[in-house]
Amino acid sequence: MTAELTTVRSGALTTVQDAGRPGHAHLGVPRSGALDAPAVRLANRLLGNDPDAAVLETTLTGCALRPDRDVTVVVGGAPCPVTVGGRPAAWGLPVRVPAGAVLDVGTATAGVRSYVAVAGGVAVEPVLGSRSTDLLSGLGPDPLRDGDVVAVGAAPRPVALPVAAPWPAPVAELVLPVRLGPRADWFSPAALHTLTSAAYRVSPHSNRIGLRTEGPPLRRLSDGELPSEGMVLGAVQVPPDGRPVVFLHDHPTTGGYPVVAVVPEPALAAAAQAVAGTPVRFTLAGR
Amino acid sequence: MTSGRSLTARPAGRHALLVELSDAEHTAAFHAEVLRRRAAGTLPPVAEVVPGARTVLLDGVPDPQALARGVVGWEVPPVPADDGDVVEIPVRYDGPDLADVAALWGVAPEEVGSRHRAHTYRVAFCGFAPGFGYLTGLPPRLHVPRRSTPRTRVPAGAVALAGPYSAVYPRATPGGWQLIGTMPDPRPLWDPARERAALLTPGTRVRFVAADARPQDPDPAPSGGAPRDATPADTAPAAGAGTEAGA
Repeated sequence: MTAELTTVRSGALTTVQDAGRPGHAHLGVPRSGALDAPAVRLANRLLGNDPDAAVLETTLTGCALRPDRDVTVVVGGAPCPVTVGGRPAAWGLPVRVPAGAVLDVGTATAGVRSYVAVAGGVAVEPVLGSRSTDLLSGLGPDPLRDGDVVAVGAAPRPVALPVAAPWPAPVAELVLPVRLGPRADWFSPAALHTLTSAAYRVSPHSNRIGLRTEGPPLRRLSDGELPSEGMVLGAVQVPPDGRPVVFLHDHPTTGGYPVVAVVPEPALAAAAQAVAGTPVRFTLAGR
Repeated sequence: MTSGRSLTARPAGRHALLVELSDAEHTAAFHAEVLRRRAAGTLPPVAEVVPGARTVLLDGVPDPQALARGVVGWEVPPVPADDGDVVEIPVRYDGPDLADVAALWGVAPEEVGSRHRAHTYRVAFCGFAPGFGYLTGLPPRLHVPRRSTPRTRVPAGAVALAGPYSAVYPRATPGGWQLIGTMPDPRPLWDPARERAALLTPGTRVRFVAADARPQDPDPAPSGGAPRDATPADTAPAAGAGTEAGA
């Protein structure tokens, strides 16, 4: 028999995420998937899960869950206090949660998104091969609400209990390498210099669709309209207000604002953990 | 047909190439060529092929610079007019913007439907929402602007016009296009449980037909290759949480 988790407290935004549903962008389907992919893979590895097993992704305020059978979980990603049945428990390492006890994932002490991986993985019905919640287009399960019940898959064989795991420390300053293009020619050399030298900050309006920034606007050379074109993960899009937006996993597949540069995918995990107000620097990574 | 056409391969990060073409026809031809080469196994691995209005994005490419050098030398034949599957979309011409569109076209409102149905369209690209296809094929004299004020809710099945495009909304979303009609049962447009989730995929040809002229029961032998009525009758179309306006 497999376990079920009852949502005692859903937090600000808790969604099911896995590796997402790439390969459907030409149908208008965002990639979606966990924003901090390395954190998910590490948490799953610590449990002996498939590295892409579905997990819960919380946002700032964590969540609380009550299993109906004993389960083993790892809470990782953004550091936060963890309790089981009211007693402090380990963050970043496997934790046993007895049937009926409440696992509380507290408010992040740093970073934005904590992950709750459970041995066996979250077993909601996949859509187009993925269990991820896509907040742009509404595919996959809805965000968790209090009282929602989440199925867990069959637990893998227990793995040797690790004593330490290599979780990266949250960053005090977000440094995002960029490669210019495909529409850098819509901006003057002065605007490109601003992009790669000015101090930006993470905007509180950031979400799973994009990391919005506050800082000096990038002026376009012309006000012309860009016919809709395909957008890549990590695209730095410049909307009419001139403030760069870094596209995260729920980004639209096509868009009509110019993309001045692209942040490589490995740098996006840190972007997903940068709280509002974090200083951001874009650095030129060559072409 | 290749003279006077230019192709620009623009870098889009470490693993993608944005190929910019001369116009919509050239884009359709290049997109078809990419799919041909992929099917023939002569294209390097590409994770996503995403056409746009005048571009084709090749994403998930191991060596974009090598691919960029390759595509500039491709022979890209034009797409034959009769190429590809044809999907028929039944329409009732009862949209709230019918009179406005009729005025822009200089015809009576009753004539909008026959004008709209007189052309064969092609899905140029998708975007805005899963299964939302941007259909080209309307002659320039029938292009209309978007509404000056977008609607907060356009119902699923709304048949709409904006700029050079026609479209059918696969589900209720905000939208700024001119609504000329209704596809009575929009469920076939998007069904992620079906093998071919979207009815309108890039390159598919589309004909609009008068809904009233069709029998109530679905045609047992649909023209074209797209499955119809694979959706159980009690399944509601996917409810969306789309947040960015764009259609």
